[in-house]
Amino acid sequence: MPDAKHGHDRETRRLWPALALPGTLWLIALFLVPTYAVMAVAFSGNINIFGEPIPAWNPLDWQFDTFLTVLSESVSGIYQAVWIRTAVYTFWALVICVGVGYPVAYYSARLAGKRRGLILALILAPWWINYITRMLAWVNLLQDDGYVNKLLGIVGIAPHSWLNGNSFTVVMALAYGYLPFFIIPLFASLDRIDGRLLEASRDLGLGSVRTFLHVTLPLSRLGLITAIVITALPMAGDYYTNTIVSGSPKTSMVGNQIELYLLQGPQKNLGASIVLLLSFVLLFFMLYYLFLTQRAAKDAR
Amino acid sequence: MTAVETPRAQAAPGTTASRKWVPPWRNPWRRPYVLATVTWLYILWSLLPVLIAVQFSFNDGRSRSTWQGFSLQWYCCNEGSVFQDPSLLLSLKNSLILGLATVLVATPLGVMLAMGLTRWRSRTSKVANGIALIPLVTPEIVVGSALYLVMVNLYQFVPLGRPAMLLGHVTFSISYVLVIVRSRLLSIGGEYEEAGRDLGASSLQAIRTILVPLLMPSIFASAMIVFASSLDDFVVSQFLYGDAANITVPIKLYSAVRAAPTPALNALATLLLVGSLLALFLAYVGLRARKRGPGSALDDLADYG
Repeated sequence: MPDAKHGHDRETRRLWPALALPGTLWLIALFLVPTYAVMAVAFSGNINIFGEPIPAWNPLDWQFDTFLTVLSESVSGIYQAVWIRTAVYTFWALVICVGVGYPVAYYSARLAGKRRGLILALILAPWWINYITRMLAWVNLLQDDGYVNKLLGIVGIAPHSWLNGNSFTVVMALAYGYLPFFIIPLFASLDRIDGRLLEASRDLGLGSVRTFLHVTLPLSRLGLITAIVITALPMAGDYYTNTIVSGSPKTSMVGNQIELYLLQGPQKNLGASIVLLLSFVLLFFMLYYLFLTQRAAKDAR
Repeated sequence: MTAVETPRAQAAPGTTASRKWVPPWRNPWRRPYVLATVTWLYILWSLLPVLIAVQFSFNDGRSRSTWQGFSLQWYCCNEGSVFQDPSLLLSLKNSLILGLATVLVATPLGVMLAMGLTRWRSRTSKVANGIALIPLVTPEIVVGSALYLVMVNLYQFVPLGRPAMLLGHVTFSISYVLVIVRSRLLSIGGEYEEAGRDLGASSLQAIRTILVPLLMPSIFASAMIVFASSLDDFVVSQFLYGDAANITVPIKLYSAVRAAPTPALNALATLLLVGSLLALFLAYVGLRARKRGPGSALDDLADYG
């Protein structure tokens, strides 16, 4: 019998890698190779007759001229304004996300009581509504004769032109767009806090404010960081929000610059270089996030 | 749950009677009116614009900002309505075909990957699992532009359009399936298959007759989530769609929104919304089959987000 069992074990030992193989190959071919392709295009030294870069697949052929030009132009030059704008917009949109998202997540996770299921369903709902649809909805409202201006008219404020390169509109649209993605991880982490700890804190004489600062906030720190990272990453690479609610070069972000070079012109090596640069900037956040989730998974086991 | 919402408000034990007056911010058992208001205002803010957009899809006129009465003219039978405008109808058809195809390819691949990586305990599987999670945290614009550059420059046998979009959608969907199915696999443990094998089933039989039925709710839920996220995807599609014959609904909405749109665009968005909500509802029912009790399936969906 031990022999048969041994044979089984060897069979299953080979089975699991075999099952994992197709998906792994898929991700190598369509995730890792494409990432390499970005580098091959960004570091390309030759152009073809259409003026498009010929990718340098061999690392020995890599030319860094374009990438270094993009780098120096980003630090101080034509791309500088775009990078600063991206950082500023992302920062303010995140401030709004924290300011609105934390109270909402806190209330729905800890205090909602009987209505918890309903509130959670309503908070999850935007997650399943197409992002472009949600932006389209605001374009309806923000038109010159739209409901927002009509509402402002009732209060006696003159109508405003919202959709022509207005930074405020872009920041609000980003916050509106990504708040659902911000709230849910925070909700999950606030939900996991043991209520007895909060009661203990109160029994020891701390008021609501100090209980929040010394117990709830530290315990939800991981959830808050997760929420910030997973909203900051797509926000920093966003271009469609901007195009829909502004469409003006005055509010253009890094994502718009990438889309412009890659899809609307031959200078794909410039586009690829900006993608690389953006990835390097965001890589830090991505790795930090992966590190945190791995550690949390280990703690949970 | 904490004691906050229980009606112990005034009956805080002992010392309360001897205390004179407690300002509301010192009373931990007061009702959280401010937070409740903020939450409901947020919900209103997040959903009302969409509801208004849906409302205008039924507008009896060309305006998307002035209500002119109820009509179905932008859905059917009027010139320029969803079912008369070939490009709107085409985008809807393309979105549905692409979503379905993505489900059919990504779900089996993802389920197999999840089984393999979870049960195969080795260093390689840990590395592979890490790699499989990276697409989840990579900004869409990076995924989209990388896929675009590789299709144009290396995989030239894959034409831009539906084939390229399918490859792209499957790539980001595999990770969703992996996360959902893997969490279920970890929670049910390996004992059931082992028992099956000890009773004489081959490994494949054990997977087919024991593991797959146990995983069915999560497989179904992940299929629905893949469908919804494929319908929802804009960035990857925009980089890979090639020409106007392959536009999906989000691309159509995006390109039409700045160019004198009519309520037909709202009608198209509404139809997409109905499609996603239907998939979500089915996923919810699927998840619910695994745990009894209200709320738990919603909590699961929240966790998967």
